[in-house]
Amino acid sequence: MDGTLRIDVKGLHYKELNARLREAANGYHRIDLLNVFGQRYIGTDIRRPLEIHIYGVPGNDLGSFMDGPSIIVHGNAQDGVGNTMNSGEVIVHGHAGDILALSARGGRVFVRDGVGYRAGIHMKEYQGKRPTVVIGDTAQDFLGEYMGGGVLLVLGLGERHHARFVGTGMHGGVLYLRGEVEAHQLGKEVGVAQPDENDRKVIEGLVRDYCRYFGKDPEAILSGEFRKLFPLHLRPYGNLYAY
Amino acid sequence: MKTYLPPRFVVERDPDRCITCKGCVAQCSFGVHSYDREEDAIRSQDELCVGCHRCAIFCPTGAIRIKRAPQDYRPNANWTPEAIEDIIKQAETGGILLTGMGNDKPYRIYWDHLVLNASQVTNPSIDPLREPMELRTYLGRKPDRVELETGTLKLKTRLAPQVAIETPILFSALSYGAVSLNVHESLARAATELGTLFNTGEGGLHSKLYKYGPNTIAQVASGRFGVHPAYLQMARVLEIKIGQGAKPGIGGHLPGEKVSEDVAATRMIPRGTDALSPAPQHDIYSIEDLAQLVHALKEATNYTKPVSVKIAAVHNSAAIASGMVRAGADIIALDGLRGATGAAPKVIRDNVGIPIEMALAAVDTRLRQEGIRQQASIIVAGGIRSSADVVKAIALGADAVYIATAALIALGCTVCQQCHTGKCAWGICTTDPILSKRVNPEIGARRLANLLRAWSLEIKEMLGGMGVNAIESLRGNRLHLRAVGLTTEEMEVLGVRPAGS
Amino acid sequence: MKGMSYNNPYGDDKVISACSLFGMMDTSGRRFSSGDVVAAISSMHDRSNGLGGGFAVYGLYPEYAQCYALHIMFLSREARGEVEALLRANFRIVFDEEVPTRETPGIVDPPILWRYFVEVNGCSLGTPGDDDYVLEKVMKINTGCEDAFVFSSGKNMGVFKGAGYPEQIANYFRLEEYQGYLWTAHGRFPTNSPGWWGGAHPFNILDWTVVHNGEISSYGTNRRYLEMFGYHCTMQTDTEVVAYAVDLLRRRHGLPMEVVTRVLAPPLWEHIPLLPPEEQALDTALRQVYSSLLLNGPFTVIIAHQGEMIGLTDRIRLRPLTVGEKGDRLYLSSEESAIRLVCPDLDRTYIPRGGEPIIGRLAVQAGVR
Repeated sequence: MDGTLRIDVKGLHYKELNARLREAANGYHRIDLLNVFGQRYIGTDIRRPLEIHIYGVPGNDLGSFMDGPSIIVHGNAQDGVGNTMNSGEVIVHGHAGDILALSARGGRVFVRDGVGYRAGIHMKEYQGKRPTVVIGDTAQDFLGEYMGGGVLLVLGLGERHHARFVGTGMHGGVLYLRGEVEAHQLGKEVGVAQPDENDRKVIEGLVRDYCRYFGKDPEAILSGEFRKLFPLHLRPYGNLYAY
Repeated sequence: MKTYLPPRFVVERDPDRCITCKGCVAQCSFGVHSYDREEDAIRSQDELCVGCHRCAIFCPTGAIRIKRAPQDYRPNANWTPEAIEDIIKQAETGGILLTGMGNDKPYRIYWDHLVLNASQVTNPSIDPLREPMELRTYLGRKPDRVELETGTLKLKTRLAPQVAIETPILFSALSYGAVSLNVHESLARAATELGTLFNTGEGGLHSKLYKYGPNTIAQVASGRFGVHPAYLQMARVLEIKIGQGAKPGIGGHLPGEKVSEDVAATRMIPRGTDALSPAPQHDIYSIEDLAQLVHALKEATNYTKPVSVKIAAVHNSAAIASGMVRAGADIIALDGLRGATGAAPKVIRDNVGIPIEMALAAVDTRLRQEGIRQQASIIVAGGIRSSADVVKAIALGADAVYIATAALIALGCTVCQQCHTGKCAWGICTTDPILSKRVNPEIGARRLANLLRAWSLEIKEMLGGMGVNAIESLRGNRLHLRAVGLTTEEMEVLGVRPAGS
Repeated sequence: MKGMSYNNPYGDDKVISACSLFGMMDTSGRRFSSGDVVAAISSMHDRSNGLGGGFAVYGLYPEYAQCYALHIMFLSREARGEVEALLRANFRIVFDEEVPTRETPGIVDPPILWRYFVEVNGCSLGTPGDDDYVLEKVMKINTGCEDAFVFSSGKNMGVFKGAGYPEQIANYFRLEEYQGYLWTAHGRFPTNSPGWWGGAHPFNILDWTVVHNGEISSYGTNRRYLEMFGYHCTMQTDTEVVAYAVDLLRRRHGLPMEVVTRVLAPPLWEHIPLLPPEEQALDTALRQVYSSLLLNGPFTVIIAHQGEMIGLTDRIRLRPLTVGEKGDRLYLSSEESAIRLVCPDLDRTYIPRGGEPIIGRLAVQAGVR
């Protein structure tokens, strides 16, 4: 036994799938799920390191509230990947849907291609917890909305950035963007700067991880131009109220 | 004749705090306070006090408190102090009781019986701070449909003039002469800053303010004061004033004392003469006459500006409004029972007209029944006190609202109802050159702009709560309203269901 | 339909529901059976709650292609008699039969289901006047007749729907026996009604169908605007305003579908100045004139009619839609997994932007058979 369990989950309801996953989690280091078609909440209630390989298209809320496992999706993912995730890693060999890493407070998410609306919305950080999201292609509107912490890196490897309201309401964390973006695409709470030496280190580390996962050339990506988007204010709405 | 009127207010002065600086003497335009040289003390004549609080606010040591005078009449639900005192006044003068501001009677305020909806679970509320929230409204006549050039995506339809306002709140008619030039300038600057419009009222526009034309509604009233080609050209919207909510069926009377040099030049009448606005427009005795004036104004400005027609809300407003739309009005302005004024006979102000909520609901419903609602925008006035009132008005069917009393309050008005005296201690409703300096147009514009900004933010919060991100999705959306404590008949007129249903 | 109050006793203005959507079209016009569609919509079982499922099929009745195919549900035999008299008085009934069904676990208390293939008296040349005539009669039955409801009224198409999960509805209506070049499907999750047969999706008027996921928060505004143009919203589902709006804009105002979708989900005012001048002029005019038809609130819809399938989401994309393409096949779905289940090797799959219409059209209209 190589410590790998393979389960064909075609037609299984998510409850059954996740029950089997919980059961198997104690005996194996790696579990391969075959023929996944839309089952939700995979990896949610597993609190130990475990490699879960998904073949097919996992359902919504993949890895939500997750605390420890690594999930590798061999294909596209849907909405809500890494929802309120605590720790662990999700690697998507394809694209992902909306609200990627919603309110994530730790862990890492790597998406080879693009993502949908509101990626990284309300990501937060506290003490040692700092969620990280890397997107290979680009994102749709409201990227980094309400962002309150963590690192969002968007590599722009496909089409040019067309997202609007990028970083709207951002009040913490940092968003690195490779490639052109125009002022009207940005939320009014966002400042733009050149990455400094520290930023370059973070970017380089993440780009190398990304390339390792997806078999790409880091030098070609690193030679591109990066921008750092940061919150202008800790309290963007400080003067909104009358008392 | 000895007056039998008791004082309405008492001035309480804390002798320990008063430093005899005479600030109150200078501030009071009604002569309440005077300095007694012999005693080195300030005296106050309570009977002259109108309760405007100017002295109290400006007293550097907070020594003055204005209190309502205790009414010592025997309690009587029928013969109220007001009824008694009105009779005393008329017995002593033999005149029509004149007053300022709006109806102060406890007619039901329907806004306070309507509650708004909010999203829970089935649709997300939208956070207006981070997500787009659109308040822009276009005023003007809309066609029934849009046509394209055959086989293309090119627009073929030519729309009648459309005027964008960035928030659905406009400043209602306040005529120069009734209010000071500084007030006009404050309104003009705030409207420009916020991307909305202010209304000149019926006294023309001082030439100094013509530069604010793109944010101006120029009123054309029965007196035609200050109406000339340049005035019509300057404005973004023209408004024919038929009536006013505070005094439906009544004309205006600006006393000669208020007709200063500048007012005279603006109104184009000799200095010191009374400026009289006839009760009707004497070229409009019928709906076809209204059409004639509407089209005269359109011809005079080469069809570049929407023409609004303003009426007081009266019993058959719905039928009148339908006629107005068919007469070519691009905007219908409705002014309700609680609309204010610089001067009106008290008996008219307090007894004539209908609440704006009812008039609005009836007009919107009628125009829809006739399939012509899109042919005119509806602006409502008369008693809009808060952003909640604005939102409820739009949900009932308005495109936008006019505010005037609220704007004056922003400038300092305390609704003391002395506008008709010309002695406004806050320097608002006066043309006295010294008193008018009390409104600094820079600061006045700031206060007004702040008010509109605050209300706009609140409107966005309410829209977001209801799960819509454009004000047009609220317009006429009575499903977002529910009634609390109204009769079946009232709910039927308002087109609103009871809360809980 | 007075029986509606029996079916929907709460009398809500609109029935709010969340849902699963699926649409599948062969743009070459080749007809196919229900298998993939049913499999796909069933795989999203958890998005619905068994209170409504339905399907629309285009290219369904080639043998009666010139007839309006009226699918009608009756709650009583008397209602059927009453409606048939009305039909005979106003139409030529070319053929009619009971809609074939089979007993299905979970399907309880089905209404009597009948279909009528009718021609407008004397002529069936398909003049625009015919559509208005049929529309009026359908409205008349649906608002006036006791216990009768027309749930499908187009040509060469049909709607099959009811209270149940989509897979139960498919089984009940024996959908595997039908073929079409365009199918849409819906699984419903109404929040506040017992789920009555007529309230299930697709919603239909003439040959327009709409399946809808979301809530239209602008419903009151949309509805009151449409009432000015003679549309009466009596179905207590917010979806019907979508169908009426499309009918008004597309059929009566003659606007192309690309323009219709710009009315329903228009660009934000702040984005219009970024467009080319000609589009600025058009989008500004559309928002000025049709502001009351903006569909506000979270939604995804799949709209279909003869030869065309359109997917559209609200302009800030609060509900999901995924597109799949494989050769001549176009797929629209709430979730990609449902598409992959029936077509694992897609040429392309992507997520459209909010307000971006996805339009599938028959390559050659006449080729549909």
